[in-house]
Amino acid sequence: MSRVVTREHVQTRSAASFEERGDIRRTGGPRLTGRPGFLWSVPAVLYFSVFALLPLVFAVYLSFTKYNGIRVAPPVFVGTANWERLFSDPGIAQSIGVTLALVVLAVVTQIPLGVLTGVWAAGRQRWRAVVVALYFIPLLMSTAAVSVLWGSLLDPNFGLPAALPWLFGDGNLLGRQWSAIAVIVFIYLWGASPLYTLIFQGAARGIPAVLYQAAQIDGAGRARQFFSITLPQLRNTIVTTTILIVVGTFTAFDIILILTRGGPSNGTAILPFYMYQQAFISFDLGYGSVIALVLVVLCAIVSLVMVRLTGYDKMDSSQEGI
Amino acid sequence: MATRTLARPNWIGGSFAVAWLLIILLPVYLMVRAALESRAAYTSGGPLAPPTEFTLENFGLSFELGFGHYLLNAAIITVGTVAIVLVLVPPLAYAIVRSRSRGVKTVFRLLLIGLAIPAQVVVIPLYYLINSIGLYDSLLGVILPTAAFVIPLTTLILTGSMREINNELYEAISMDGAGPIRTFFTLVVPLSRGGIATIIVYSALNAWNGFLLPLILTRSPEVMVATVGLSSFRQQYSVNIPGLMSAVILTIIPIFVVYLFARRSLVAGLMGVGGK
Repeated sequence: MSRVVTREHVQTRSAASFEERGDIRRTGGPRLTGRPGFLWSVPAVLYFSVFALLPLVFAVYLSFTKYNGIRVAPPVFVGTANWERLFSDPGIAQSIGVTLALVVLAVVTQIPLGVLTGVWAAGRQRWRAVVVALYFIPLLMSTAAVSVLWGSLLDPNFGLPAALPWLFGDGNLLGRQWSAIAVIVFIYLWGASPLYTLIFQGAARGIPAVLYQAAQIDGAGRARQFFSITLPQLRNTIVTTTILIVVGTFTAFDIILILTRGGPSNGTAILPFYMYQQAFISFDLGYGSVIALVLVVLCAIVSLVMVRLTGYDKMDSSQEGI
Repeated sequence: MATRTLARPNWIGGSFAVAWLLIILLPVYLMVRAALESRAAYTSGGPLAPPTEFTLENFGLSFELGFGHYLLNAAIITVGTVAIVLVLVPPLAYAIVRSRSRGVKTVFRLLLIGLAIPAQVVVIPLYYLINSIGLYDSLLGVILPTAAFVIPLTTLILTGSMREINNELYEAISMDGAGPIRTFFTLVVPLSRGGIATIIVYSALNAWNGFLLPLILTRSPEVMVATVGLSSFRQQYSVNIPGLMSAVILTIIPIFVVYLFARRSLVAGLMGVGGK
């Protein structure tokens, strides 16, 4: 197909061009006409580029400037000062540590919960369907709503800690770094769990029933079936979901902003929040842009891994070329 | 297609599932109960007391504090975002599924990369961009980037649904002499109605629940949206838990209505988040 590169403008309607493109596998079938050209994708691509890709260019520019975000005071070029600061900033190291802790804790809580609830929900009984519909409730709420709900429930004076002191101790959950991180991980789990239940439910239903029948004939019990059939069959879904959780940890930003504002003493400031803090609380948008670019690179790496592992980029329809 | 054919009930899985159900439902119950209780009754009874009264005064207070206006702003942003997505995404998805152009394949790969770049990461340059074009502190300034960031995923969802259209139908319509425009409007759009419903629901949900973009791109209360309003209520009235809970409920009600009427599209849209 490589010679097609220069042929983008060739009229797609002509039968000749299709034959040259090796598209005549469907011998004897009617000619294919009426395929859309590149033009069809232009409006969306332009739009997306302006608001998602152009900002990346701006971020590079801003990272070499001093800019406090005020319209009348435009960015001033300062060379590589912001970048040099990146390597001497103890806040960054702390923030990376917090981010890693949050990501790891999110993965080790959300994957097992997703697998257990999803595999259970894959059963066809009617009452399971009802339970799954109820599982869905947190997904109807914005992260802001979930955060405010739990923030109120965990309020040391008016929430559950005041009513259940034997369980919550002094109730100052957000005042200590590790209990604050635990609260954030729990709220993230609570809000995102329905999504992973759905994903694993779909994946578990896709496991061929014949595998279980064979295992039963061999006398394998339920636990053995789970570990020897279900888990291995879900391996790909687990990989995809892990990547989703890693990228999705950025949405924990909303929880952190509403509940802890990065505290106590930046103990919950994950990288996106640290970036926000530098840019919109300390009004140093230049240094914030440096952190933003670090995040872009991290995201791009995760995305490439995802595309490779899942084969998302194989875009041709299974219907085509039959 | 029963994947579980054992007659024995799954006690371990079942009890775990019920336990998690309680963890989901209990906070929701506590929220509804607190919102329907007067502040005095809530303070004396605590969060776990059984319901003693039924009052809507908390909802009234939320509206008095301007929450109705925030909900309206969120609705405007939602409608605007959905409109932009509806204009841009179906033609793009059609091109990705049917075009033989190399350029389109490159576009598709670009979108996949875009999928993993969350809006959180580019808020600073976005702020600079929106500020430079004079849209800071306006609803339009929030709508434009919100729509941009739902394009990758909605496109992915819609291409999935368009691929289901049988090839023979394309052949039939092209034998009729239809070009891409007629094919798009008479074949592709009607047959991917389900996918289009899904992307409407998904982009609406995203716009309605969006927090960071409106937080950073607006400042005045006139253009504040419901999610940011919740956050600012919490900062000002964190001791008035019944009032806060009523505001949270107000933001959920519209989505709950959508959930009741379009459950299938909503579930499909959210499953699309995970891909398959």
